[in-house]
Amino acid sequence: MIESLLVANRGEIACRIFRTARDLNIRTIAVYSEADVNALHVGMADQAICIGPPPATESYLDIHRILEAARESGAEAIHPGYGFLSENAEFAEACNAAGVIFVGPPAEAIRVMGSKTESKRLMEEAGVPVLPGYHGSEQNLQFLKAQGEEIGYPLLIKASAGGGGKGMRIVENAGQFDERLASAQREARGAFGDDQVLLERYLTAPKHIEVQLMADTHGSVVHLFERDCSVQRRHQKVIEEAPGPTVTAELREQLGETAIMAARQVGYVGAGTVEFIAEGDDFYFMEMNTRLQVEHPVTEAITGLDLVDLQLRVASGEALPIEQDDVQLRGHAIEVRLYAENPRKKFLPSTGTIERFEIPGSVRVDSGVAAGSVVSMHYDPMLAKIIAYADDRQGAIDTLGKALGASAVAGVEHNLGYLRGLLEHDNFAAGDYTTSIADDVHEEVLPRGAEAFAARAAKVLLQDQGEDPWLRGSGFRLNQAPRRSLELRQGKTEYAVTLEGESAQVNGELTPVPEGEVLERREVIYAILEGHTERFLNTTDDLSRYGGQQFSAGGIRAPMPGQVIAVHVSSGDKVKAGDVVAVVEAMKMEHSVTAGKSGEVKAVLCAVGDRVEEGVELVELE
Amino acid sequence: MSVIESSINRASEAFAVNDTHHRGLSADLRTLVGSISQGGDERSRERHEARGKLLPRERVNRLLDPGAPFLEVGQLAGHELYDDVIPSGGIITGVGRVSGQPCVIVANDATVKGGTYYPITVKKHLRAQEIAQENHLPCIYLVDSGGAFLPLQADVFPDRTHFGRIFYNQANMSAAGIPQLAVVMGSCTAGGAYVPAMCDQAIIVKEQGTIFLGGPPLVKAATGEEVDAESLGGGDVHSRVSGVTDYLADNDEHALMLAREAIASSQQRFTSTVTRETARDPAYDVQELYGVMPVDTRTPFDVREVIARLVDGSQFHEFKKLYGETLVCGFAHIQGMPVAILANNGILFSESAVKGAHFIQLADRRGIPLLFLQNITGFMVGRKYENQGIAKDGAKMVTAVACAKVPKFTVVIGGSFGAGNYAMCGRAYGARMLWTWPNARISVMGGEQAAHVLATVREDGMSARGESWDPEDKSQFMDGIRSDYEAEGHPYFASARLWDDGVIDPVDTRQVLGLALSFACREPQQPSSGFGIFRM
Repeated sequence: MIESLLVANRGEIACRIFRTARDLNIRTIAVYSEADVNALHVGMADQAICIGPPPATESYLDIHRILEAARESGAEAIHPGYGFLSENAEFAEACNAAGVIFVGPPAEAIRVMGSKTESKRLMEEAGVPVLPGYHGSEQNLQFLKAQGEEIGYPLLIKASAGGGGKGMRIVENAGQFDERLASAQREARGAFGDDQVLLERYLTAPKHIEVQLMADTHGSVVHLFERDCSVQRRHQKVIEEAPGPTVTAELREQLGETAIMAARQVGYVGAGTVEFIAEGDDFYFMEMNTRLQVEHPVTEAITGLDLVDLQLRVASGEALPIEQDDVQLRGHAIEVRLYAENPRKKFLPSTGTIERFEIPGSVRVDSGVAAGSVVSMHYDPMLAKIIAYADDRQGAIDTLGKALGASAVAGVEHNLGYLRGLLEHDNFAAGDYTTSIADDVHEEVLPRGAEAFAARAAKVLLQDQGEDPWLRGSGFRLNQAPRRSLELRQGKTEYAVTLEGESAQVNGELTPVPEGEVLERREVIYAILEGHTERFLNTTDDLSRYGGQQFSAGGIRAPMPGQVIAVHVSSGDKVKAGDVVAVVEAMKMEHSVTAGKSGEVKAVLCAVGDRVEEGVELVELE
Repeated sequence: MSVIESSINRASEAFAVNDTHHRGLSADLRTLVGSISQGGDERSRERHEARGKLLPRERVNRLLDPGAPFLEVGQLAGHELYDDVIPSGGIITGVGRVSGQPCVIVANDATVKGGTYYPITVKKHLRAQEIAQENHLPCIYLVDSGGAFLPLQADVFPDRTHFGRIFYNQANMSAAGIPQLAVVMGSCTAGGAYVPAMCDQAIIVKEQGTIFLGGPPLVKAATGEEVDAESLGGGDVHSRVSGVTDYLADNDEHALMLAREAIASSQQRFTSTVTRETARDPAYDVQELYGVMPVDTRTPFDVREVIARLVDGSQFHEFKKLYGETLVCGFAHIQGMPVAILANNGILFSESAVKGAHFIQLADRRGIPLLFLQNITGFMVGRKYENQGIAKDGAKMVTAVACAKVPKFTVVIGGSFGAGNYAMCGRAYGARMLWTWPNARISVMGGEQAAHVLATVREDGMSARGESWDPEDKSQFMDGIRSDYEAEGHPYFASARLWDDGVIDPVDTRQVLGLALSFACREPQQPSSGFGIFRM
C-alpha cells in the first residue's frame, strides 16, 4: 500500500479522499490556491502546500505546480479527485514520468475515452450498443435520408459543429425529413458557417443510467451496479440514486456485463463509470468517465464498499479484494447536490461567507465547507452532497426529505429548498421520470415566495428583546392598535411587513407566518424555512441608501487658497460622486478636489495655473 | 407572598352590567383617540405630505425601534379647550424606545395650525421635558413649528412656565448629561430656532428644515434685506456655513435614521435602583377589570379585586390589613419591579391616614416606588372626626406623600375628590406619572355634595332675608351644579388641561405602569460635567 498521497483537488472530494486515506494510515498532502488558505480540505491533511493564485488555471490545473508539490512533499501517489486534472491524459503521463503513482486509469484509456468518435468506434467494435446514427461526411440529401430510414424515427438532426441547440431538429417521420434537414442546415450555416450535420436516433423518454466499475491491474473487472442520474438541469446532475428505480434484475445484469465489456476493450484500471442513455429495455453507450464520480457515495451505500479504498489498493498494485459474486446490492440510496446558487434567479452562482451550515438527521454529508467558509467565484459552487440510505426507496426519500427540511444553511444563496421540492415531487416518487423532470416541474418545486420568509423574519425580529417592558416587541400604542411593522429589502424588492396577531401583511397581502429559523447578522437577515434560505436587508438603519450627506449644492469649491495645478473634467462630462475633478496645490501639498455627487459638468470655472481663494467654485455641476 | 383571592361572580348581572359600561367607555376613548391621532384637517395633511414630509405620528413610528412600545403622554391635550381644534395640543409627546433605549420624543404637528404653540402646547412640551429630566431620558425634538401662536402670545411667551422655559430646560438637561437632540424637519422660527441651537446635536432635512431668528418677512421689515428662506437659514446654510446644525439629511426618513444613530452613540449607562424579578401575568384575567369596577363611583367595592388584576401573580403582601381598613396598603410587583401600593377602599379616617403615612415611610426607606390607586371621596367629616383631629392625621399622610423621594405613580381609578386627592398623590404632589381611567371623576367635591352645599348656602341666605325658594327653582339650580361638575369632573376635561398624563384603558394599566416603572427605577452612571454642551 502506498504510504503518502497528494490530493490534487479541493472541496468535498478532497476531504472525502483524506478521510479514507487517514483510515489507511496514509500520510496526506493537500494542495491549495491562495483563495483556499482557510478551506476545509487544507486543515484536514497532514501537510498543505500552496500552489498558486486563485484562478484554477494557475493552481489546481497547473500540472507543473502540482508535480512540484508532490516532489516537495515526497508524495508517492496523486489522487486527482473529479474535475480539474482528473481526466487529463497529459497529467497522468506527467505523473508517470515524474515517478508518482496516478490514482486512475492508464493515460491511454483516458485519451481514448475522452474522444467521442474514437470511443464510439471502439465500443461498436466491442459490441457495446451505441446510439444508431450517421456521423460521416457524406451530406447528400438522398444519402442522408436513406441513413435516416436505417436509424429509424424519430431521429435528431444536429449540426456537426453545433452546440446550444442551434441547427438541431427533431424529425418525427420520413415525410418531415427534407424540410427539417434544410432548416437545420440553414441554421447551422448561419450560426457556425458550416452546414454539415449528423443524424442520431432520438429518444423521447430517455433516462440517464450509468454503471460503476472497478478494475485492477491483475485483469479483474467488477461492476457495482447502476445509478440513475436522470434528474439533471442543463446536463448537470441534481439528484442521483442507486439502484435505478426502473431497472429490472435482468437489465441490471445486461448493463453490468456491457459496462465490463467496454472497460476491457480499453484496458481499463481503477474506478470508472460507463454512462448509458436508456429507454425502456434499450440502452446505448454515451461515454465513459475515467475517474471517481461525484455521485459515488450512493454506490458505496448500496454495496457497503469504500470506492476510494478500492482505488488506493488498485493504485498500489493490489488485486481487488472482491469478485463479482461478492458484490451484493442492499437497500436504496439517494444523493442530492447542494449548490451555492439561486434557484429563483436562473441558478445564478452565489458567493459569500457561510454563516450557518447545519444538516442534521441520519444522512451522510460529504461537505467541503463549514460555518465560516468562504465561497468564492473561482471554483465550482457545489457545497456538499447529502446522501440518505434506507431499506427501500421510499425510506430513503423520507430520510433525505426530513434532513433537508431540518437543515439550516445561510450566508450564500443555495438550492436546498429546491432539492427538497424535487425530491418530494410526485414525478420523482413515481421513479419512472426521465431527463426532462427538472425542467418539467421547475415552477412547482421552487421554494415558496419570499413573502412568507419576510413574514417569518419580521415575526422573529419584532419579538421581545428582553424582559424589560421597554424591550418588548408589543408595538404598544396608547389607546390605539399596536404597531408592529418592519421593512426588509431583497435586491430591489421591498417587503413592508406588519404583524397582525398570528398572521402578517406583506406589502398589503395577508400572509400566514410559517415556522422557521431566523438568523441576524447585523443588518443582514436570513430566514430559513423547510431547508430553503432567503436573505434580506433590514432597512431600519440602512443609511447606505442615502448619499454623502455633506453635499447638496451643485458647486465644487476650492478647499483652501492655492493654485490649480490640474483640471480633469470639461463641460458636458459626466462625473460620479468621489471623482477627482481638479487638483489644488497649497501649503506644499496637492489637494484633490472631488465631486460630492454624481452629475454632469455644467461649466469649468478655473484653469490650470489659476490662483484661487478658499471656497471659490471651481466646477459647476448640473 | 399570598395570592389575592377574588370573590367576584363573573356570572352575576352586576358583573355583566359593569363590563358593558366600562367597555363602552374604553371604546369611546379609542374612538376619540382615533380621530385625534389624525392630526390636522385633511387639507393640511395632504399639503404636508405633498411636500415630501412624513406626518408627525409616522415620524415618531420611524424614529422608534420596529415593534417597540410608545408611551404617549398628553394624548387628549387641548381637547375641546379652545375654539380652534387642536388635536393632541398640536404636539406629540411620549416615551419610546430608540436604538434600544427609552427616550422622550417631542414632535410638532405642522398640520395643526402650522405647529404653532398654544398655551397647552407649551404646557405639554414642558411636561415632556419634566418627564425626561426626572427620569434621565434623552430628548429628541422633531421640530416643525412656526413658533408661538401670536394671538395668544401673552399666555405663551413671558411667564416662568412659558416658552422660554423650554430652552432653560434644554440647557440644564444637557448639563445633567441628558442628551438633547433636534431633528429640524420644517420651520424653526424665532424662539423656535433655539430648540436646535440649544441641543447637543442637531440634524436638518435639506430643502425642508429652516432655522432663523427672524423669517424673511421680519428681515424685510427690520432691515429691508430681501432674502429667501433657504439662503437665510436652510439646511445647506446651517450645515455648511453657520454650523447651527451638524448633520444634513436628504429627507425625513434619512433624518430619522441619523437621529437613531446619534442616540445609539450616546452611550447612556444606568444602574437599576431595584431588584427585578421575572415578570408574571396576574392570576386573573386583566379583562375582568371591566366587570369588577362598579358603574357608579359611589358604589363600594373591594379595591383588592383591582390590585389582583394589576400585579404579578396577583401576589400582594398586605400591610396592617386589620387596621384603618379603608386604605389598603401592601407590597407587590408589576412586570417584575417592586411597588408599594396604596389603594382607597372607602373614606379616609384618621386610622387609615396614619397607616398610609407609616407605609409611605416604609416604602421610601426601602427605595420601593409608590403606586397610588386613587378612588377617594375625601376624608371623613363630622364632629367626632374633627374633634379627634382628622385634619392633623390627614396632614401626616399628605406630608409623607409630599416628602417621599422614591418615584411615585398615581392612577385615578374612580373618584378623586377634595383633600383625598392630595393625600393620594394628586398632580400637585409630584407623581412621576399620573393617569386616569375613563370612569374617573375629579373635582374638589362630588357634584351631588356640591349641589347640596351650594343650595344650602343659598337657601340659608334667602331664609335670612326672609325669602323662600321655590322647590322647582332649587331643583333646577342643583341640576345645573351637578351638570357643571359632571362636565368639569370628566377625565377628558382634566386630560385636555394636562391635569394628568393621559386617560388609559384599565386593561392597559399594567403595561403602562411597567413602562414607567422601568425608566423610573434606574439612575445614570456617568458623572455630569456641570455645564451644558456649547454649540460651536
